[in-house]
Amino acid sequence: MLTIRNLDVAYGAVTVLRRVSLHVNAGQIVALVGANGAGKTTLLKAITGLVRPRGGDVLLDGRSILRAGTERTVALGCSLVPEGRQVFGDMTVRENLLLGAHVQLRRGRRDEVREDLARLFAMFPVLERRERQLAGTLSGGEQQMLAMGRALMARPALLMLDEPSMGLAPLVVKDVFDAIVRISRAGSTVLLVEQNARAALKVAHRGYVLETGRIVLQGTSEELLANQDMQRAYLGRDPGAEMERRPS
Amino acid sequence: MTTTAAPATYWQPDGECMDREELAQLQLERLQSTLSRVARNVPFYRTRFDEIGFDPDDLRSVDDLRRLPLTEKRHLIDAYPYGLLAVPLREVVRLHGTGGSGSNAIVMGYTRNDIKTWSNLTARTLVAGGVTKDDVVQITFDYGLLTGAFGVHFGAERLGASVIPSSSGNSKRQIKIMQDYKTTALVATPSYALHLAETMGAMGVNPNALSLRRVLVGGEPWSSETRRRIQAELAVTATDNYAVSELMGPGVAAECLERQGLHVNEDHFLVEVLDPRTLEPVPPGGRGELVITTLTKEAFPIVRFRTRDLTSLDFAPCPCGRTSVRVRGIEARTDDMLIVKGVNIFPSQIEAVLREIDGETAPRHQLVIERRHALDDATVLVEVSQSVFFDEVRLQAEFRETVKRRLAAELGVTLEVKLVQKTTMDDVAAKGRVVDLRRA
Repeated sequence: MLTIRNLDVAYGAVTVLRRVSLHVNAGQIVALVGANGAGKTTLLKAITGLVRPRGGDVLLDGRSILRAGTERTVALGCSLVPEGRQVFGDMTVRENLLLGAHVQLRRGRRDEVREDLARLFAMFPVLERRERQLAGTLSGGEQQMLAMGRALMARPALLMLDEPSMGLAPLVVKDVFDAIVRISRAGSTVLLVEQNARAALKVAHRGYVLETGRIVLQGTSEELLANQDMQRAYLGRDPGAEMERRPS
Repeated sequence: MTTTAAPATYWQPDGECMDREELAQLQLERLQSTLSRVARNVPFYRTRFDEIGFDPDDLRSVDDLRRLPLTEKRHLIDAYPYGLLAVPLREVVRLHGTGGSGSNAIVMGYTRNDIKTWSNLTARTLVAGGVTKDDVVQITFDYGLLTGAFGVHFGAERLGASVIPSSSGNSKRQIKIMQDYKTTALVATPSYALHLAETMGAMGVNPNALSLRRVLVGGEPWSSETRRRIQAELAVTATDNYAVSELMGPGVAAECLERQGLHVNEDHFLVEVLDPRTLEPVPPGGRGELVITTLTKEAFPIVRFRTRDLTSLDFAPCPCGRTSVRVRGIEARTDDMLIVKGVNIFPSQIEAVLREIDGETAPRHQLVIERRHALDDATVLVEVSQSVFFDEVRLQAEFRETVKRRLAAELGVTLEVKLVQKTTMDDVAAKGRVVDLRRA
């Protein structure tokens, strides 16, 4: 569905992304993991047209969207849930969700929006319970689900999530990732950008590791979780050292 | 040959039947990370890349790979034992070797992920050859340093088949096991499969009474005649598979039940076919040397390895549904290649022509190349039976002309043909199939 080929992005003289190639197949969850400052958010900005790459291409279903502009990119079916959730705190949960459906509503598709909302509430019962509540009063995990729900209301072909686990307690992180799996099972394609490599790879089909602007590792989640470089750098394990520490 | 209507089954349909465009993207991504990794972790590649001013970050398309130097077998030998490992030795969970401990030994390492990948690829090989989890698989490759036995073994276990590691040798015991354990799939070199068939004959074992139904051969080139005999004498379907020890072992390419070329596991190996003289790519479908780059190996990645095997690629879609390119059976090796009058020829081509003319087996023959007045002068000596030699001068001349004409058509160069008697052949045969006097 999404294919990125040899993408270069620079801010002035500083190269932020160097020859990044990756792809996301329809129906899959693909994780893009890496440390802070590796260039993950920049990549999302390049996909959504918020920064202009210096080279390379971004294709959606085989067609370049590089020069489409942000609005058109959204209309083509790419939705981004930005880092830090950014829900409208003084609006209700329902109002936040309907904002996500504004394109549909503008086209007068009230029935479809009602159906979408019902489907969404089935997927996120917590949002239905809090339907009339102000978004600002939700917990962090609930806000994250609201942000994802709002993006889903636009019926995106591709849902991009930027650090959905950020600032959440471990138990809540699990809820959020469970929700991502439900979103995927419901038929959406997901590009999941995360610092929490282990949690992301546990739900993803495939993954890429971005390090100082370069893809340094890629493979199925299973392969990446078993890769020793990966374990050392991102999964908080040093298998070799563990072996040496083990009493003989 | 009747084509067995094969149920379309795959081990990893996502990889084996991948859309070609998606495959191209995947190959690019994997090639980019392989090159970055070898440049970072393997001094041999870093030095060679530096020498030509190549920065792995500059690789923008798979075609850019052509800028890189080829890796020869001698480079692997020079790195003995661990010089080309791309991971610390402690991350290696398996070591195989070729050439024993001699002066041409090579050591190949595998990480845990490599073993898993390898197992999946040999499982693909087995499934392509018609093996299922319900089969009883008898592996008669040598369980040792070489890659063949363990490679297929792990794949068969991953598939869920019942594996008999009977290893090589002791044919009578192999046949007893085959009878008692009710072996349904045999993994063997083609010559060993034939040998087992012959031994069965001598033992009075009726192959039709065995449970055997599949033979997967590997380890050496075979002719279509050998395949025909294995299939007929053991009452089985026989499929070929292509192993390259240095790159992994078995699992590089394998035949499906269509038996029209071997499907390359292109999501793990990038194949090129080069003219062995110019080292430039041959036109699509052209014949040349197979050069392979690993795309997913962690411990022992190899960039542009010269296999020395001659083949051509078949891009036509296969009825089995796999989308991968097929290599036609490996017919010859560049090591055997001779240049006569500026044309590349292979002793195996001469053998094939003689076999076609004469029936099942080629008569004994020898190619003698000399240089006269700075020109190559090549003669093929062909043994003929006493009767042909004396009885019918006309027949003799006709036969000679036929051989000459057919050789010229096959090789693209005219060779002299000389018919000789058995006694003459006995005298010269010891010098080998090729006598090249030009270097003398």
